[in-house]
Amino acid sequence: MDQLIQLLQGNARHSIADLSDLMNLSEAEVELKIAELEDSGVILGYAAVVDSDKLSDGGGVSAFIEVKLTPERGGGFDRLAARIAKFDEVESCMLMSGGYDLSVVISGSSLNEVASFVAEKLSTLEGVISTATHFQLKTYKSNGFLARVESSGQRLPVSP
Amino acid sequence: MSLSNKLSNQVKNIPRSGIRDFFELVLGRDDVISLGVGEPDYSTPWHIREAAIYSLEKGETSYTSNLGLEKLRESIGRYVSHCFEIDYDSSSEILVTVGVSEALDLACRALINPGDEVIYHEPCYVSYDPSIRLAYGVPVPVSATVEDGFSVKAEEIEKLVTPNTRIIILNFPTNPTGAVMEKGELQKIADICIANDLIVITDEIYSELVYDDEYKHVSIASLSEMKDRTILLHGFSKAYAMTGFRLGYSCAPPEITEAMMKIHQYSMLCAPITSQVAAIEALENGSKAVEKMRQDYKKRRDLIVREFNDMGLPCNLPGGAFYAFPDIRGTGLTSKEFASALLESQNVAAVPGDAFGVSGEGFLRCCYAADVKLIKSALNGFRKFLADIK
Repeated sequence: MDQLIQLLQGNARHSIADLSDLMNLSEAEVELKIAELEDSGVILGYAAVVDSDKLSDGGGVSAFIEVKLTPERGGGFDRLAARIAKFDEVESCMLMSGGYDLSVVISGSSLNEVASFVAEKLSTLEGVISTATHFQLKTYKSNGFLARVESSGQRLPVSP
Repeated sequence: MSLSNKLSNQVKNIPRSGIRDFFELVLGRDDVISLGVGEPDYSTPWHIREAAIYSLEKGETSYTSNLGLEKLRESIGRYVSHCFEIDYDSSSEILVTVGVSEALDLACRALINPGDEVIYHEPCYVSYDPSIRLAYGVPVPVSATVEDGFSVKAEEIEKLVTPNTRIIILNFPTNPTGAVMEKGELQKIADICIANDLIVITDEIYSELVYDDEYKHVSIASLSEMKDRTILLHGFSKAYAMTGFRLGYSCAPPEITEAMMKIHQYSMLCAPITSQVAAIEALENGSKAVEKMRQDYKKRRDLIVREFNDMGLPCNLPGGAFYAFPDIRGTGLTSKEFASALLESQNVAAVPGDAFGVSGEGFLRCCYAADVKLIKSALNGFRKFLADIK
């Protein structure tokens, strides 16, 4: 994988100066590479990875929904999947192999809000055959980050 | 009551480690930015820790064979064959030890008779000289120079060979300099060993951590006619970030392995079983994690070496391990003076080069197995310090 992408996936807040040091490129070159990755849609965006369990307001609720669809002649699942993905409530939307077609992650402020989105918006779309909603209870790891950070301060300051 | 006259002369005559002196200086301070460590900044990869936990859950808490678990020795045999292109018989030529440190001690004690001379290249790991002395041998250091990238020249070794020379100790990549050795020069050293009937103890603990695409690590044991006169020492601490597991091994001809085993069985009995089980997992499934760490170290190496050169402390690009060894002689300070003043004024710790032998004087060992932010703030400290003493 591209070195720059690897670095940014580990920490999207690496400064341009850090990246330039780590990659032995000038800052201008790093900025250019990032711009290219953004323009070509390889990098979709940058977001904080949050453990919502630790937010004072609880961070709302999220649910993972299995969606079964009727594929369309000519386009398969693409048109309907893209349509579902455009709802603001949808955090991620992916076509899956196996027992269902779309994996959709929804977030909302309350259980009711998510439930009504599924009942009113998602299930009623023409082509949606069925949905199964699973509410998220607790986060252990998200986007590669552990919710409980391991201690790493055990090393002696000087050792042979 | 003074107990000093009760102590063994052999032990009394061994000087305190320079690292320990410096460690005590650092210990009294808070929030030290330390490049002084000699271990990875990663925890052991989770799948390896998980294998250790599972082994404990299953109740695997017994002694193992003195040589080590058969399954581990077989794994080691396959790994060494794959990486070093040398085949060892896992039932008679491989011994699992408590780190390379124990293996080195066993090798010295198994081979050295009082007065035997042992040649090793300096700057070097702190335990070579004492391990030789504790086995009643005579340490004969040969200086590797910065001009040669701290990769010792065969002709310099040859000059020190006497009728009493029995052993040459090699360590590539080298702690503290990161030096690596080209195959051509290694062959010359092998020729000296064959011509003078010498045994080689080769500590290759950093062999996975080499950084230049065109460089391939070669073990002296793989050179023609060398396997029968070489003890290859390796372990899990550095590549797999398993320092606390304390696990190493030796690969050597059956007679030598048997002699080392004799000491090991009476002094250590066996390496801890939990560590041995973890090591099997490391060898079988750890290569991806090693490669990721290696790539990270390489970026940090390039950064720290570039910065040292830029601030006027000449620094070779080390081919392996995770240490930079910048030259501080231009400041007019000794290694100890530089390291103490740097610590005092900037709270940055780097180990004075003379802790690794007199030929390390004028240099500092800076470990770059550390977070980039920490490396950068340490480098800032160096820059400020250099500006202050100008």
